[in-house]
Amino acid sequence: MITRGDVEHVAELARLHLTDEELDRMQVQLSRILEAIEVLRDVDTSHVGPTATVLNLENVMRDDEPSDGLSREAALANAPLREGDHLRVPRVLKEGR
Amino acid sequence: MGTGSAGAGTLPLADRPIHEVAALLERGEVSSRDLVEACLARIERDGERLNTFLAVGAEQARAAADIADAARADGVRAPLLGIPYALKDIFVTRALDDEGQPDGGLPTTAGSRILEGYLSPYASDAEDRLTAAGAVLLGKTNCDEFAMGSSNENSAYGPVRNPWGETLVPGGSSGGSSVAVAAGQAFFATGTDTGGSIRQPAALSGVVGMKPTYGRVSRYGMVAFASSLDQCGPFGRSVRDVALVLGALAGHDPRDATCVDTPVPDYLAALDGEVRGLRLGVPREFFVAGMEPGVEQAVRAAIAVLEGAGADIVEVSLPSTDKGLATYYIITPAEASANLARYDGIRFGHTAGVDDLLENYRLTRGEGFGPEVKRRIILGTYALSAGYYDAYYVKAQQVRTMIKAEFDAVLGTVDALLAPTSPSVAFPIGAKTEDPLLMYLNDACTLPVNIAGLPGISVPCGLSDGLPVGFQVIGKAFDEPTVLRVADAYQRAAGFSDLRPPTAHD
Repeated sequence: MITRGDVEHVAELARLHLTDEELDRMQVQLSRILEAIEVLRDVDTSHVGPTATVLNLENVMRDDEPSDGLSREAALANAPLREGDHLRVPRVLKEGR
Repeated sequence: MGTGSAGAGTLPLADRPIHEVAALLERGEVSSRDLVEACLARIERDGERLNTFLAVGAEQARAAADIADAARADGVRAPLLGIPYALKDIFVTRALDDEGQPDGGLPTTAGSRILEGYLSPYASDAEDRLTAAGAVLLGKTNCDEFAMGSSNENSAYGPVRNPWGETLVPGGSSGGSSVAVAAGQAFFATGTDTGGSIRQPAALSGVVGMKPTYGRVSRYGMVAFASSLDQCGPFGRSVRDVALVLGALAGHDPRDATCVDTPVPDYLAALDGEVRGLRLGVPREFFVAGMEPGVEQAVRAAIAVLEGAGADIVEVSLPSTDKGLATYYIITPAEASANLARYDGIRFGHTAGVDDLLENYRLTRGEGFGPEVKRRIILGTYALSAGYYDAYYVKAQQVRTMIKAEFDAVLGTVDALLAPTSPSVAFPIGAKTEDPLLMYLNDACTLPVNIAGLPGISVPCGLSDGLPVGFQVIGKAFDEPTVLRVADAYQRAAGFSDLRPPTAHD
C-alpha cells in the first residue's frame, strides 16, 4: 500500500506538481498497479542477470570529426525565455539564502 | 467478408493499397497529385470527425506531389515516389530554418500540451528516409500523449474515433495513423510501438501494422517514451505495402547508437506466398483469460488457414507471458520518468513562467502533462527511488531476461509464432479510462514481444461483432522476411485484405 505521503515525496523527486485531487486519485491507482506488479515478487530470479537492452551492443564508437550542429538561432527558437544568445533560466538561489 | 468491405477493383482510389496505385502511377493513369487530392478530400470530409490529424500540410503535400510527378516524367524512380503518407506526431518534422524562422514544416506535439506549438529544428530519420524514397508527407497524426496509451484517449487533443464505429476507440497509441490508413486519408503511415502501439491499433482499425526488431529502424527524431523498447514501424493496407515501407525505413543510422548496422534484406522478395515446410508455434499462454470468444475464434481460424496452406502448426509454451505486464509496467515508466525529465520549461515547450527554478519545473510539468503521463512518471520515479530500485526495477530487468530467454528457446524450435494481437475488438470511448489496469491489459499479447525485442506484425483476420480482429506473427530477431512471408501468405489464402470500414466510399 502506497501512502499519500509516498506519492507527494515521489512527485517532489519528479519535479511534478500534483493537485490535491490528483494526489488522492494517484494514491488509489498506484496502490492497485503496484499490487498487480507484486506477481514478480514470487518469481525466482536468484540466478538471473538483469537485461537493460536486448541488443548485444557495446561501446558504439565513431570518429571524432567536427561537423555542423544546430545553428544557434534554430537551437534557441523554441525557448520560452531568452536573453541575447542565451537561454534565460529562472533564478536558482533566492536572496538571503 | 462482413459489412463495409468491398470487392477488389471496386475500391475508390483513396482506399487502395500502395501496390495498386503505384502501378497506376507507373502507367500514367493517375498522378501523385491525384492521390494527394484523394486523401485530402477524405481528410476534409472525415478528418475532423475522426480527429485523425493534429497537423495537415495540404499545400506542402500538393507541392511535393507536383515535384514527384515531374520527377517521374523525367524518368526518376524511387520505391515510394509520389505516395502520400502520414507521420505519427511523435516523429519530429523539420519546421525551422537555420535562422530559427518557421520554414513551412509541420509542428510536433507528441499528443501533449507541453509541446504545443513546438517547431523542430531538425527532421526525424523516418521523415528523411521516406522523403528520400519519394513519399509525400500529408500531415501528422493524433496519438496518445507521448505514446502512452492503448486507446488514443490520452491525447491532449481529444480521442481518435474508429471508422468501423465512431463511438469506439481505434486502439493506441498510434490510433491516428491506423485510422488514417483505414479511412483512406493516407496510403501508409508510421507509428511507434513500445508495448503494442502499432500492432494493437492496427488490429482494432482493421489494417496491417508492423513493429520491426528493436534496432532495425532508427529512433532518431522519435520523441522518446521507453528507449529500450520503442521502435518505429509502418501501417499499411496489405502486408505487401508494409514490406515496401519497411524497406524504406530500415537501415543503419549513426545518429541512433541502438540502430544496428546489419544489411537490409529485400522484404518484397520474401513474399513468395510459400509457407510449406515452415514450423509455426502457437504459444498457448497468449490466449489470455478474458479474451473475447469472437477474437479467439477468428485467430484460430487464421491459424487453420496457414495450416491449410501447408505450414506445420505446433503448440508451444512461453510460461512467463503472464509476468509480461508487470515487467513492462515497471521498465517503461522507469525509462519514461528519465526521458521526460527534459520537459523543464526552459529550452522548449510550455513554461509556467514562474521566477523560481524549482517551482517553475513543478508547475510547468504539472500544467503540461496529462493524467496518464503523470501516472507513469510517478510510477517510474517510485520504481527507481532509493529503497525500491532493487525490488522493482532490477527485478523487472531480471524477469525481462527470463521472458527473452523463453522466446529465444522457443524460436529455436519453430520459424515464427502465431498469436492474437489484442484480447478484444474495439471498445467504446470511455469504457476503460477509469481503470488504468483494465486499459493496460489491452497490450498483454503485444508487450512481451517488445520486452524480447522481436519483430511482430498484426494482420486483419476477419470480423467479430462486425469489428476487425487482428492476429500476430512474431519472428526471430532481424527475421522480418519470415514474419512478412507468413503474414502475406495468410493474406493471399484468406482474402481479408480488402476489408474496409464504412467510410470507404467517395
